[in-house]
Amino acid sequence: MHRAIFSDKVATRMSDRLKIAMLLAPALAMIGLLFFGGLAIGILRSLGYLSVSGVSEPGFGAYRAVLSDPRFFRSFLLTLHIALTSTVLSAGIALCAALLLRQTFAGRRLIGFLFQLNLTIPHLVGAIGILYLFSQSGSFARLAFQANLIARPGEFPALVYDPWAIGIILQYVWKEVPFIGVVLLASMQTPETDHEAVARTLGATRWQTFRHVLLPQIRPGLLAASVIVFAFTFGAYEIPALLGPSHPPTLPVLAYRSYAGVDLAGRPQAMAMGVIIALLSCALIALFRNVLLRGIRR
Amino acid sequence: MTRARFATGSFRTVLAALLALWLVLPLVPLAVWSFARGWRFPDLLPPDWSLQAWQYALDPVSGVFPALGLSVTIALCATALAVAIGFPAGWALGRYGFPGKGIVELAILAPVIVPGLTAAMGIHSVFIGLGLTNSIAGVVLVHLIPTLPYMILISSGVIANHDPAVAEQARSLGASPLRAFRYATLPAVFPGILAGALFVFLVSWSQYLLTLLIGGGRVATLPLVLFSFAASGRNDIAGAIAMIYILPGIMILVITSRLLSGKSAAARGFAQL
Repeated sequence: MHRAIFSDKVATRMSDRLKIAMLLAPALAMIGLLFFGGLAIGILRSLGYLSVSGVSEPGFGAYRAVLSDPRFFRSFLLTLHIALTSTVLSAGIALCAALLLRQTFAGRRLIGFLFQLNLTIPHLVGAIGILYLFSQSGSFARLAFQANLIARPGEFPALVYDPWAIGIILQYVWKEVPFIGVVLLASMQTPETDHEAVARTLGATRWQTFRHVLLPQIRPGLLAASVIVFAFTFGAYEIPALLGPSHPPTLPVLAYRSYAGVDLAGRPQAMAMGVIIALLSCALIALFRNVLLRGIRR
Repeated sequence: MTRARFATGSFRTVLAALLALWLVLPLVPLAVWSFARGWRFPDLLPPDWSLQAWQYALDPVSGVFPALGLSVTIALCATALAVAIGFPAGWALGRYGFPGKGIVELAILAPVIVPGLTAAMGIHSVFIGLGLTNSIAGVVLVHLIPTLPYMILISSGVIANHDPAVAEQARSLGASPLRAFRYATLPAVFPGILAGALFVFLVSWSQYLLTLLIGGGRVATLPLVLFSFAASGRNDIAGAIAMIYILPGIMILVITSRLLSGKSAAARGFAQL
């Protein structure tokens, strides 16, 4: 993690401030136009302004339609379930894995390498791999057949396209355990003094040492990484599009489908769904703002 | 005592072996499928091995080669833009403190957390008017939403860790600001910036939804082609394309392996690939 050793020379002179403004201007303009501009137009269109089709009147009609639709509510619950379960499972397994890997043993370098390898593989590839492993004619179904557990593919439990989104969660756990694990391993590196050893010599139990020494040290990294995972799994499209149930789809899939559908009247509602997804993520940023800034910048 | 320790030791080894197995497991059927022929349920291994899927994937007819070229072009352009725009901003954030810095950082961080779908839908309606939908230029621009924030954060980290005293000494010895930057600062920060650029390349490389939405399905990058083969059940061809698709990431890992140990802000972004 970057420790800002040489930074924060406070700009006092006018020429310095001008320089900073000029250095920041292109990036802020680009992010402002593309991201915040796009967001603003999305909000306006969800409220019925700037309509392309001319069918919608300004107002909260799209939100009313979206929020009163039971499909939206089912999609929301499914998406929340996927994001929460994936985040909690990934964080828990990553914590165990990081604690395991911290002890020196032979496989450590190998797993460290596999973590990094996994980080470079796009989610879509992982999702297809999970599909070929866990579908009803996939590798595990074939193993179950060879072990005389099932007689036909249909007898294998539905783990993809299933209402509980097990396949999606498996993919996220596969991909996010290495991510959180790498962040945790980095934050576990003790700098000068080994506080844990000190605590142990002072009579602390293993659990006390973990609870009061190691956990406070790794918590910012763990929380920041978990928030990123939650936000990503909440807003991702291609993984649930490939592995998810079609009824109900996840929120981003539902939003994209209503946006890309032939009926232009569906677009304000798609925008409204997008805004609701974004609002939920913004609530998260506000909640974890300090944690995030600390965790990412350091 | 020693027996108990031995038992926990081997328990750990078993756990680690299971973890290692799980980490490579989803890639195995992809690799096997790409060489398989007529691999039906309940065969554990393909009855016949063949290079057909690879031949098809590498044949101009399949559209994989153009998709590969398109993905490389878009990712290179998005990376170049992100470095050109992001490095100066990272310089300002890494070197100086100024009023409103927290808000600037939050604004830069926001696109990393807020799902790109909402902004992309808004941009789409503007891009229609500008003629940027269904175009490579439009896709490159929209790829800046996920890439630019990371480039800024990574540059800022690299600059913050660089001691400006060297450049100041060069200046006091009579070097012009440009020469001091070229010969004192740039060589020191170059590896970090290069690693950031390679990472940002991967972020663009793995984009799916933004490309689909702004490209309207006409800008068929490699992930779009891969998705359509996987969704239509062409497992063998999807396997071959997946192998091609993960290659740049592995190459970049080899180049930057030391910089990805979680010490770089780059490692944080990998959750979103």
